[in-house]
Amino acid sequence: MADAARTYEAGQHPELPPPRTEVGVLGWIKHNLLSSPLNAVMTLLAIWFLWSIIPPLFEWIVLDAIWTADSRQDCWDQMEVPEGAACWAFIKGRFQLFVYGFYPHALRWRVNLSFVLLIMAIVPVLYDQMPGRKYGLCYTVAFPFITGWLLVGGFGLTSVDTDQFGGILLTLIIGVTGISFSLPIGVFLALGRRSKMPVLRILCVLFIEFIRGVPLIALLFIASSMLNFFLPPGTGFDLLLRVLIMVTLFSAAYIAEVVRGGLQAIPVGQHEAADSLGLTYAKAQLLIILPQALKISIPGIVNTFIGLFKDTTLVLIIGMLDPLGIGRASLADAAWAGLSREVYLFVALFFFICCFSMSRYSLYLEKKLHTGH
Amino acid sequence: MPTSMTDGVAEDEIRHPTKKLTVGEEVAIEMVAVHKWYGNFHVLKDINLTVNTGERIVICGPSGSGKSTLIRCINRLEEHQKGRIVVNHIELSNDLKQIDAIRREVGIVFQSFNLFPHLTVLENCSLAPIWVRGMRKSEAEAAAMRYLERVKIPEQAAKYPGQLSGGQQQRVAIARSLCMNPKIMLFDEPTSALDPEMIKEVLDVMVELAESGMTMLCVTHEMGFATAVANRVIFMDFGEIIEQNEPEAFFNNPQHDRTKLFLSQILH
Repeated sequence: MADAARTYEAGQHPELPPPRTEVGVLGWIKHNLLSSPLNAVMTLLAIWFLWSIIPPLFEWIVLDAIWTADSRQDCWDQMEVPEGAACWAFIKGRFQLFVYGFYPHALRWRVNLSFVLLIMAIVPVLYDQMPGRKYGLCYTVAFPFITGWLLVGGFGLTSVDTDQFGGILLTLIIGVTGISFSLPIGVFLALGRRSKMPVLRILCVLFIEFIRGVPLIALLFIASSMLNFFLPPGTGFDLLLRVLIMVTLFSAAYIAEVVRGGLQAIPVGQHEAADSLGLTYAKAQLLIILPQALKISIPGIVNTFIGLFKDTTLVLIIGMLDPLGIGRASLADAAWAGLSREVYLFVALFFFICCFSMSRYSLYLEKKLHTGH
Repeated sequence: MPTSMTDGVAEDEIRHPTKKLTVGEEVAIEMVAVHKWYGNFHVLKDINLTVNTGERIVICGPSGSGKSTLIRCINRLEEHQKGRIVVNHIELSNDLKQIDAIRREVGIVFQSFNLFPHLTVLENCSLAPIWVRGMRKSEAEAAAMRYLERVKIPEQAAKYPGQLSGGQQQRVAIARSLCMNPKIMLFDEPTSALDPEMIKEVLDVMVELAESGMTMLCVTHEMGFATAVANRVIFMDFGEIIEQNEPEAFFNNPQHDRTKLFLSQILH
């Protein structure tokens, strides 16, 4: 019978299966959790730690939570112990505020429509197996204008003042605009910084270094207050538009550096091969260099985008109400004061869902582009 | 004739041309008093070289002698500081239009292949005809398949360069250059990065190319190839052309001391 303990003649050894404790679940446990006495002790400690944290947390957040109540006191009265569970009734009551800000009730269908249009605009960009992708992309280019008109109004729709934008609507506007426009601008800055033309290079370097030397909050302050000094008196310049421009330029400078790192990683032989085939600078960059450089830069680019998306909450400093701002404003209500844990957990959950989705998409993109090397 | 070498493919293993190779009357490349410096380092010293159409020239010499730099000056991958280079009656200067025109006439094959890793083999070959010559995609792909058949790897058309062996990648690189229908082909040590088994398949392609009448300048250490195909062998050392002659005379009767020293090191 075949047996690993037997000896065989040269060339006669049969193929044997590995021992049962080396493969599968048992093997994983043995190698990762119990491989040494120290590891075994740490495994027990970790199990005890997780056991004492996770079930109570789950009870607090989900099982014992209160979903309907009139006020904080009412909420706490319904629990066995005051503050013994989450009071989601607070968030449920304020949910519309969190999502739409102060957008007029009657016109909220425009926001919902914009959201659907956003999904339709993103899908052709993200998934290249989509049939009819060319038409999808044409629509994506037109999307900013369509949605801008839908949300702000004018030309047949009732105007809505951008001061009334708030909550998730505001975050998505600033985040999506910042992300989509800062990528091409950032790529252009990166190429400009590597250019042989001295004026272009110096301008790009100055811009990038100035932006990186100043915190985003300072730029937002500049946008909200100082810009008026540079413009003729009386010319209003919508605050939201100013914020969008600042956030886009801020992100573009960081993207430029990430893309420049990717460009530096391309071997010079690629440039030489492209040049020797007769490709112009623009065609060589578009067809050969940038596809490879952007592919390498995906982790850095998505990292910057995730950071940008979270940085949008800084607009609360200049008086715009993003979800965090609305949460803090809601906490000022006397009937509900003191439920800060629920508010911050909810806002954190929103950001986590968005940022984690971006992160997962990045991994999907990297796997898909791993074309055989 | 060299009977054995320290490395490379022996002359009797290479496929020899099946017909007599001739040289044309027109001047394809003319280099007059060309000098080049890298900073203070004088890398090309007074290069004078005339290449007629159909000539197959092998340039050899020790490392750092300026062989690669010389041929890279011809398609402006390197700039020369003094002297004149004229390629197919177009003078090589800073004028971008002229540089582009020359690059369409001159193909180059690199030691490290330099294939585009994010494109398939077929896309690698059809890219330049589509985007530089404005060919339609179907036409360019048909032409690319013809050249891939000529280098004997049409079945690899849908693969990515990373999935091919070194010899196959170099043959794709040759097909890619040929798709632009160049009049002159430059080879910068095309087989130096290859395993011995793969060198022969690339050299066979180059012999077939020579048979078709292509003007070729090869920097290579494959002296068997030089003997089979070249009509002139040039020896360079420290940036100067020391000696040039027909292969038979070059190997059997070197004139200059440095040539004799070099040949004694690579042949035994």
